[in-house]
Amino acid sequence: MADYETHAFDVVVVGAGGAGLRAAIEASAQGARTAMVCKSLLGKAHTVMAEGGIAAALANVYPEDNWRVHFRDTMRGGKMLGNWRMAQIHAQEAPERVLELEAWGALFDRTADGRILQRDFGGHRYARLAHVGDRTGLEMIRTLQHRAIQAGIEVFMECTVTRLLTDGDRIAGALGYRRESGRFVVFRAPAIVLATGGVGKAYKVTSNSWEYTGDGHALALWAGGDLIDMEFVQFHPTGMVWPPSVRGILVTEGVRGDGGVLRNALGERFMFRYIPEMFRAETAETEEEADRWYTDRSARRTPDLLPRDEVARAINTEIKEGRGSPHGGVYLDIATRRDPEYITRRLPGMYHQFLELADVDITKEPMEVGPTCHYMMGGVRVDAETQASTVPGLFAAGEVAGGMHGANRLGGNSLSDLLVFGQRAGRSAAEYAAGAMAPAAMNTGEVEELVRAALQPFEATGTENPYAIQQDLQECMQTMVGIIRTEDELTKSFDELAVLRERAGRVRVEGHRQYNPGWHLALDLDPLLAVSECIARAALERKESRGAQTREDYPEADPELGQVNVVVRQRDGELWLTREPLPPMPDELQAVLKEV
Amino acid sequence: MAANVIMRVWRGDASGGEFRDYEVVAEEGEVVLDVLHRVQAGQAGDLALRWNCKAGRCGSCSAEINGLPRLTCMTRMNLFPPGEPVTVAPMSTFPVIRDLVTDVSLNYEKAQQVPPFTPRPKEPDGTYRMQQADIDRVQEFHRCIECFLCQNVCHVIRDHEENKQVFAGPRMFIRYAELEMHPLDTNDRRELLQARAGLGMCNITKCCTEVCPERIRITDNAIIPLKERVADVRYDPIFWLGRKIRRRKDPDQA
Repeated sequence: MADYETHAFDVVVVGAGGAGLRAAIEASAQGARTAMVCKSLLGKAHTVMAEGGIAAALANVYPEDNWRVHFRDTMRGGKMLGNWRMAQIHAQEAPERVLELEAWGALFDRTADGRILQRDFGGHRYARLAHVGDRTGLEMIRTLQHRAIQAGIEVFMECTVTRLLTDGDRIAGALGYRRESGRFVVFRAPAIVLATGGVGKAYKVTSNSWEYTGDGHALALWAGGDLIDMEFVQFHPTGMVWPPSVRGILVTEGVRGDGGVLRNALGERFMFRYIPEMFRAETAETEEEADRWYTDRSARRTPDLLPRDEVARAINTEIKEGRGSPHGGVYLDIATRRDPEYITRRLPGMYHQFLELADVDITKEPMEVGPTCHYMMGGVRVDAETQASTVPGLFAAGEVAGGMHGANRLGGNSLSDLLVFGQRAGRSAAEYAAGAMAPAAMNTGEVEELVRAALQPFEATGTENPYAIQQDLQECMQTMVGIIRTEDELTKSFDELAVLRERAGRVRVEGHRQYNPGWHLALDLDPLLAVSECIARAALERKESRGAQTREDYPEADPELGQVNVVVRQRDGELWLTREPLPPMPDELQAVLKEV
Repeated sequence: MAANVIMRVWRGDASGGEFRDYEVVAEEGEVVLDVLHRVQAGQAGDLALRWNCKAGRCGSCSAEINGLPRLTCMTRMNLFPPGEPVTVAPMSTFPVIRDLVTDVSLNYEKAQQVPPFTPRPKEPDGTYRMQQADIDRVQEFHRCIECFLCQNVCHVIRDHEENKQVFAGPRMFIRYAELEMHPLDTNDRRELLQARAGLGMCNITKCCTEVCPERIRITDNAIIPLKERVADVRYDPIFWLGRKIRRRKDPDQA
C-alpha cells in the first residue's frame, strides 16, 4: 500500500502568488479552514517579479479616469474577445482592492498631495498603474504574505499538486508531494481554488521561472473542466536578449511608460509605422505629438505604448527584416530621454539588472530587447461572478483562469486581476464548502495508482533525461507554436509533441526522492506536455490573426471568429475542441465602449 | 568566449556530505546559477538547489560561493580567476536538507512572531495621505527579497545555535523597523524587540549590510534606530511618558 499523509480542510488553495494569497485570505476570513499549497517557498511566486504596477482607475493623476474607461481599454486591448462581465467587475473592483492593500501596509509611491501615484502603461488611456518603483509585485506579495501569516492560514511550502481527486464529477481533494522529502500528501477538501499561474516554461525564451509548467490548466483539464482561449500566449515585447544567460528576463513596460522609446538599428522610432486601424484615432502620428503626450493629454498616446501584442509583432518584424540590433533585438532607449536621477529613482531594478547582468548602464546607453514569453491569456473557464469552473467545487483565479483578458492582456491588468478575482474565488470557495452536502468520497485505489505512476521514473529502464525532453519541448513550442504561426508548423508540432510524450514515458531519474529536481521536472513534464498540446490545437482551430495569435496563413481578423471562444476539454483521454459563442454584452456596456 | 570551469559543489544531506567537482562549460556572460543548471542537466540530475526569478528579485538561490554569501543568479562567472575551481556550498547557518538547499523555516517562524501592522483610521475622504519623503526609508526596507543572506552571515546565530531561539536576526529587524517607522502604524513593538527578539545581542558589526544584495543599509537605517527607540522606551520614563501622550494627540509623530 502506498504511503502518504492526509489532511482535511474546507478550502485548499493551490498556488501562493497574488491570486492564491488573496483567495486564501478571503476564504479564511469567511471562516473556512484554509490551506495554501505552493511549489516554492512562500513569497517567491511569480507575482514577486511583477514590475510596473497594478492597474486601477483610482483617478489620482487624471480625475477624468473611471471604471468605464478602464473597462473599455481592457476590452479593446483584448481585441473584444474578453469576457465582458469579468472585465467590468475587474475595472469596478480594482481600486477597492488596491486601497485594501494599502490598509494592510503596502506603501505605493506618492503623488505630491500624498495619494497613490499612478504611471502610464500600454493600452491604458490614463496613467493608471499604482506602483512602487519597478518592484510592485514584491510589495504586493509581501503585503499579502504578512496578512496570510497573521490570519493563521496553514501553508504547505515546496509541495507540488499533481492531480485533483474527484467523487463522481465533484471535487474531493488533491494529491501532491512534498519536494523536500518526496513524500506524498492527500488533501481532502470539498473546494479547491487553482491559482497556479501560467505555462511559460513550455517556451525557450521566457520571463517565467521553473514553476510555470501549466499545472492548474492541466489539473482542471484532467478533472473534466473546460479551458478557453488557449491559443493566446502573450509574448512581452521587451525581454533582455544579451548575454544569452539573461535572454527572456523581463524589462518592464514602465520603461516606456516613463518616457523610453523603441528604436531599430537605423535609429528610427519604428512604432509609428505599426499603428493598427483599431488604435489609430487614439495614437500619436508624429514624434512631437508622442513626446508631448507624457504631460499633455490633449495629445495622443505614443505608439511605443500600444498594447503588447502590437509591439511584440512590430519588434519581430523589424528584426526579421534586418533592422535589429547586433544580438537579435531592438533598442529601448531611455538614456537620451530622461536624466539619470529620474531613471534610477523610477527604475532602480532595471538599472541594476542591466548593470550587473549585461554590463549596460541604462542611464548612458540603450537596452537591447526582444519578445519573451510572459503570460497565458487562456485558462480555466470560470463563472465571472464566482470564479467557479465547470467542475463542482473547483475554482480558478489569476493567470490560470481564462476569459478576463481575451486575446491579449494589457500591462498592469494582471496584478489587479489577481486581487479582484482572488478575493472572489476565496469567498465563493468558502461559501461552496460551507454549503457542501455529504463529504466527498476518496478513491484510495486511485490515489495508490497515481503514487505508483509518480514513482515510475525511479524504476524505469528507459534512458530519457527529463531536462533534455524539456529543452526539446521548448524548442518545439518556440519555433512552431510561437509568435508567428502557420497551419503547416502547427500540424508538425502535433507529431513532435507525440514523440515527446512517448519519450516522457521512458524518462529515468537518478538519485532518491529527497529534494530531487530531476524527478520534480519529470513529473512537471505531464502538465507541460498536456497544456502545450492544448495551445497548439487551439492555435490551429483559430484560423485568423487576433491579439496574441498571429497566423501567417490567415493574416486578417475574421469577424465570425471574433464572436467565439475556442473551448478545449478532455473526454476519455481525448482532447475535444469546440467553438462556443461569447456571452452577449448588454447594451449599456456596448454604449460604454462607444462613449469614451 | 566559452571556457571550461570546475564547479566544486557541496553534495550531501543532514547526515554529511562532500565537495564534488564538475567540469562544465561556462558561456559568455553567464552567472553561477546558469552553470549549476548545466551541471544539473548533463551530469547531476538530482543536484538540489532553489531558484525562481533568475534576476535578483525573489531571493531563492542564496549560497556561499568561494566562501562569500551571494545570490547565484546575480554572481557572474567572470568574477572568478580563470583556471581555479569555483566552490559552491549551502548557507551554513541553516540546517542542510540536501546539497545547496537548506531549511530556512526558522525565518518563517520568526516572521509569525511579529505583531501585525495596525493602521490608524483613514482620512474623512476614505484615503490615507502620506508624503513620499515620509515613506522613503520604509520603502528601502520593503525592498527586502528574503534571501536570508543577512541571517546566514550574522555571527550571533551563525556561530551560536542556542541564540536562534532568542534572536530574530537582521531580516526580522528590518521587518520590525518597517512597521515601527510606517507612518500609519499604531502598534508598539519596542518592549518585545528587546525582550524576545534579542535586539540587544546585535553588536553592529554590519556583516548583514555588507551581504545584502538589495543594498539595504540594515545596520545604519534599521537596527541602530531601533536600538535608539528601545533605549528611549526602556531607560527614560519621562521620555516614554511624553511620547505616549504626544502620540495620542498626533499619531503621525509616533
